[in-house]
Amino acid sequence: MDSDGLHYIELSKSPIRFEPISKVTNVFYDDANQQVFAVRSGGSMGVVVKGPNDRNGITFRMEDRGEVLSMKFSPDRRVLAIQRSQKSVEFINFKEDLTTDTNEYSQTCKGRSNQIKGFVWTGVNELVFITEHGVEYYQLNPEKRVLKNVKSLNISIVWYVWMKRHDGGLLLLATGQLANTLQPVHFTQGNMIKLPKFEVDLPTLPKQQKQPLYERDVFIAKIYGQIYIIVLRHLPRPGASGAEVVLYQIPQQKEAPAKKTNVLKLEMSGRFAINVVDSLIVVHHQASKTSVIFDIHLDGESDGYILSHYPVVSPLPIKPFKLLLPTLNIAQGQEKMEYNCELYSANWIVFQPNVVIDAKLGCLWHVELMLEPLVTMIPDKCRLIKLLLQRWNSKGVILDVFKQMLLPGQQARLPVISRIVDMLNQGYKTNLEAEMVALATDSASQTNIKRRVIIDQSDMYTNVFSVFEDNNEIPYKFKVAVLIEYIRSLSQRDIPVQHYLYELIINILVQNNCFYQLHQFLQYHVLSDSKPLACLMLSLESVYPPAHQLALDMLTRLSTANEEIIEVLLSKQQLLPAVRFIRKAGITDTVSSRKFLEAAMNTSDSQLFYTVFKFFQQRNIRMRGSPVFQPGEHCEMYVKYFEQLFGSDALTVVLNVS
Amino acid sequence: MAGRGQIALKNFFIFNPTYGPREGEEHKKIMYYYPKNADIDTKIKHVGLCEAIITFTQTFTDKPCETLHTQKTREIFFQPERDFWMVMTVSVPYTERMKDGQVYLEYHEEDVQDPVMEAVVRQAYRMFTLFNGSIYYLLEKLNGETKSLQQRIEHFFSRYLLTLRLGSCDLLDVFSGISFLPLDKNTYLQVQCFINILESTFPSVKYTAFLYNDQLVWSGLEQDDMRIMYKYLTTSLFPAYLEQELQASGHQHGSHQTMGRNLSMPNVGNVHFGKFITGPPNIQNETNMGKIPRLYINTEYENEECFLLVYRAMSASVCLLLNSSSTINFDLCKKLDSFLGNQLTQLASEIGDQYSSRTKQQPSSEPIFKYIYFNHMNLAQKTTVHKDSQKNAGAYVPQDTLKLLCDISSDLQRNNQDGETFVKTLSECWVVGKKSDQREMVVVINQKNLNLIEVNDEVKKLCSLNFNSIFFQD
Repeated sequence: MDSDGLHYIELSKSPIRFEPISKVTNVFYDDANQQVFAVRSGGSMGVVVKGPNDRNGITFRMEDRGEVLSMKFSPDRRVLAIQRSQKSVEFINFKEDLTTDTNEYSQTCKGRSNQIKGFVWTGVNELVFITEHGVEYYQLNPEKRVLKNVKSLNISIVWYVWMKRHDGGLLLLATGQLANTLQPVHFTQGNMIKLPKFEVDLPTLPKQQKQPLYERDVFIAKIYGQIYIIVLRHLPRPGASGAEVVLYQIPQQKEAPAKKTNVLKLEMSGRFAINVVDSLIVVHHQASKTSVIFDIHLDGESDGYILSHYPVVSPLPIKPFKLLLPTLNIAQGQEKMEYNCELYSANWIVFQPNVVIDAKLGCLWHVELMLEPLVTMIPDKCRLIKLLLQRWNSKGVILDVFKQMLLPGQQARLPVISRIVDMLNQGYKTNLEAEMVALATDSASQTNIKRRVIIDQSDMYTNVFSVFEDNNEIPYKFKVAVLIEYIRSLSQRDIPVQHYLYELIINILVQNNCFYQLHQFLQYHVLSDSKPLACLMLSLESVYPPAHQLALDMLTRLSTANEEIIEVLLSKQQLLPAVRFIRKAGITDTVSSRKFLEAAMNTSDSQLFYTVFKFFQQRNIRMRGSPVFQPGEHCEMYVKYFEQLFGSDALTVVLNVS
Repeated sequence: MAGRGQIALKNFFIFNPTYGPREGEEHKKIMYYYPKNADIDTKIKHVGLCEAIITFTQTFTDKPCETLHTQKTREIFFQPERDFWMVMTVSVPYTERMKDGQVYLEYHEEDVQDPVMEAVVRQAYRMFTLFNGSIYYLLEKLNGETKSLQQRIEHFFSRYLLTLRLGSCDLLDVFSGISFLPLDKNTYLQVQCFINILESTFPSVKYTAFLYNDQLVWSGLEQDDMRIMYKYLTTSLFPAYLEQELQASGHQHGSHQTMGRNLSMPNVGNVHFGKFITGPPNIQNETNMGKIPRLYINTEYENEECFLLVYRAMSASVCLLLNSSSTINFDLCKKLDSFLGNQLTQLASEIGDQYSSRTKQQPSSEPIFKYIYFNHMNLAQKTTVHKDSQKNAGAYVPQDTLKLLCDISSDLQRNNQDGETFVKTLSECWVVGKKSDQREMVVVINQKNLNLIEVNDEVKKLCSLNFNSIFFQD
C-alpha cells in the first residue's frame, strides 16, 4: 500500500487467465463479447473461451480446417462464427448446454475478386461482413443453417473499426486513398443507417508523402454517454514536439457529421495505447512506461471550437502487478512463487474500452483507476471534486476529501467549500428530479436513471458534518459558516433541508451562546418550521427566553399544532391567552376542560380559576344545555374545589342567567 | 395671537457626589454641565439640589428617583453607573392666555412624557459609551484623572446635545427598535454566506452588520450593541454621508436635476459602486485614510474596542468592526474594496429588485392602517404612523395622538399581562393598544362613526393581514 502514492492506474486484481500463445495454441479476442479464445491445433485439440461474463469458460472441440483468422460468438452464445479464409465465414451451432454438433455451415462474400476483411455480430442472428468492396448485412437462421443477405452497402473499404452497443453497434469504415475519409454506419434493431461521413485531417509534412490513417490509431469509445471517434496523431504538425489525441464526437442527431471537439496533448512521442476507463481517456506510453489520464470535462482551453486538454496529473507507471505462478524450482519446496509481470510489455495488446491482454503470459486485465492517490496529486480541491464526481465509485473518497477539508490544518477556504457544495448538490438535485420523473412515469424508465455518484444530506451528515460534533478544535464560526453554505446551496435548489442539519447548527450556536444569531436565522426562516424544531426551541427557553416566542410563532405557522400551543400556554400558566386561543381557533368544544381547570387550580389564583370554570360551564350549556361537566371529563375534583372557594350557590348562578 | 413655548433643553449635567463630599469642594462633583456658560454657583446649587432630591427620595423607596415634575420644568434622573448621575431638565410647553385682562402662561404638563424623556437620556448615555466605553472603563484608561474624564465627556456631549430634537421624540425613541428588511430566505442566505466568506478572508474583521438603506439584514453583534450602533448609523452616519454625496454630485453636474443620479442608477459595464463611508474616501488616493471611528461594544466582553469601517454599494452597507489591535492601513482597505466592490454591488442590486417589487405593491401614499409594532424580544420595530422610519418627514397623525400612543404603550407595559386598550379621542379617532407576550402594537383608526365592535374587527383585519405568521393574540 505504501507505493500507492506513486500510481493511479492499476490492473484488475484477478485477471482472466488463459493458455498463452504458442506454436500449437492460437489466441483470439472478441471485444464485443469480451471473450478470449485459446485455440489448440486449429481447434481439434480443443477451444477454451473465457471472459468476464464467462468465468467458468466454454470448452469445445472443432475440426481443424486450416488456420483460424478470427472467431466470435453471437451475442447469445448460440452460434460461433469462424473465419479461416478471405472468402467465407463458417458457423457452428451451440446448444443451450454449450455443447456443439460440430457440423459447420458457411457463407461466402459477394463478388469474385472480393475479400472479407472481417465480420461482426450486430445482433442475435444478425451479422455483417466487411469486405473490400462494401458491407454485407446477413440474417442467420440457425435451424435451417442458412444465411440471408438483407442489405448491402457498396463502398471501397481500407479498414474498419467496430463498437458494439446494447442494441446493435457502430461500424466505422475507412475509405479513400489515405483511409482518412471515415464513414460511420449505425446498426440498430435490424436497421443499417449510414451516417454522414467525415474526413480526418492528416498532418502535412514538407517533402514527405502524406502518411495514410492507420487502423491502429483509430478507436471508438463512449465518453460521458457520447460516442467519440478517437484518433491518435503521432506528428500533428511540423515541429510539434509531442503526439496528440483528437476526439470527434458523433452527434446525437444523425444528420450532422462528426465534429472535432477535443484535443488531448500528450507531450510525448513514441508508441501509445489508449483505454477508456469510466469516461477517462487513459493513454499508455511504452517508451517511458507511464500512463496519463485525460478528462474532457475538466479544465480544457478553448479556441472557440475545440477544447485542448493536458493530462489531469503527471505521467506515472501502472501499479506493479504480481502473479502467483508455478515455480520452476520445485526442489526448494515451493510450488508457486510471485512473479512480477512486465508492464508495458511488447506482448501487450490493448482493447477498448479498458482491456489489456498479454498473450504470452495468458492474462486479460481490466485497467482500473485508483482514486485515493489522486487526492494528494490534485491539490486544487474544486478540480479534484469535479473529477471525482464524474466517477462511479468515488462516493467514499469524496466524503473523505470533504471531511479533511474541514479539519484544522487542512482547512479549506470558504469560497472553495461554497463551490464544492454547489457541485455536490447540483448532482443531488438532478437525481431527485430524475427520481420524481421516474415515479410519475412508472418504473419502466427507472433503469434509465444511470447516475454518477450522489451525495445526499444524510451522507454529508453522517460522514462529514459529524466531525463538528466531536472536534472542538474547529472554530465554531467556521462550522456555522460551512453549514450555512450547505443550507444555502440546498435551499437555492429547492431541496428541503433535513431536520438533523438544523439541529446541528442550532447546537453549535447554543453551545457558543450565539442566541441572537440563532434568533435572526429563525426570523428569516433560514431554519424551516417544524414541530421538532419548535420543541427544540422550547427546550432552549431556560437559556434564552425569546426562544419561547420563536417556538410559539413557529407552531402558529405550522397551523397543525393547536395541541402543542395549548400545552405551551398552560405550562406557562397563561390561562387567559390559552382560553382566547382555543376560542379563536374554534376548538373550545373539543379541548379537555380538565386540563384547563387543572392548570387554573395550580395558579392558586381563585379569580382566574373562577373565570376559567365559568368559561367551560358556558361551553357546557351551549353544547348540552346544562352547565354540568360530563362524568367522562373527570372534572369532579375541580367542581368540588369551586364549591369550596365560592360556595355551591355560585355553581348554579349560570343557569339562572341563561 | 398668544405666544407659545415649546419643549426645550434647559440643562444637562453629569455628576458624581463622591468626588466632592466636603464643603467647598462641591464643584468637583460636576463632570459636565450644559449650558457651559452657566455660572459656577448655579451649577453647584443645581447639582446640590438634585443630589438632595435623590438622597431624600431614597428614604422612601429602594428604586432611585426617576423624574421631578414642576410647573415649568421636568427633570429626569438617570444613574448609568455606580455614583454617576445624569440629569436632564427640559421646559414644559406653555401657551400665553388672557384672563381678566391679565396675561398668564398655561403650562401643558401632559405634553412632556416621562418615558420619552427617560429614553432620550438613556440613549445619550449609550451613545457616549459606544464611542468611549463605560465611564469607569474610560476613567481607568485615563489613570483615574477626572480632569481628562471631564474633557472627554465635554467633547462628546457638547456636540451630541446639539443634535437632540426633543420636540419630535416619541414612542419610537422609547422602543429604540430596529427596522429589519423583509427578505426571502435565499437572498438572506446569500447575504449570510457573503459575510461568512468576508470574515474568513479578513480575520481582522471581528463583527459584521449588513444594512439595506436604513434596514438591518444581519448583525453579528449582540442585540444591545446593535441597537445603539443602528441608531448611530441611521441617524448620524448615513444621513451625513448621503448629504455629502448629494452635494458632491450636485457640484459635479452643476445642476439639481441630475443630482443623486449616480447613487441609484447602476451604470452599464462591470464597474462597481462600492465606496467607503468611513475609511478612505477615495480608493485611488493613498494619502487620505479618512476618518475611522473607534467604537466600544460589549458583545464578547465589556468595552471591547473596535474600529468601524463602513462600506456601501448602492443601498447596501456593510459595517465591519475590526479588532483594535489590528492595523488598518491603506493596503487593507484596498483589499477590502476589491473583495467587496463587485460582490456587494451584485447583492445590492438583487436585494434592490426584491425591494422595489415590494414597494411597488405599497405605494408611498398614506397607509390604511397606521400602527407602530414593536417586539421586545428582537427589537424589531415597524411604523406606518411615521412617513419614514427616521421620523424626518413627520407623521400621518397629529401630535396629541402620537402622545396618546405612547401613553397607551406605557400603560400596557406597566401591567405585565397581555391585553388590549381601546381609546376614542375627542376628534372621533380610535386608538388601540395591544400586547401579546413580548409584542406590542398601537393602531390609529381614523374612521368616523365606528363602534367598539367594528374597531375590534378592524384591528383583527390588520393582524390577519400583517401578523399572521406570528403568535399574536386577539
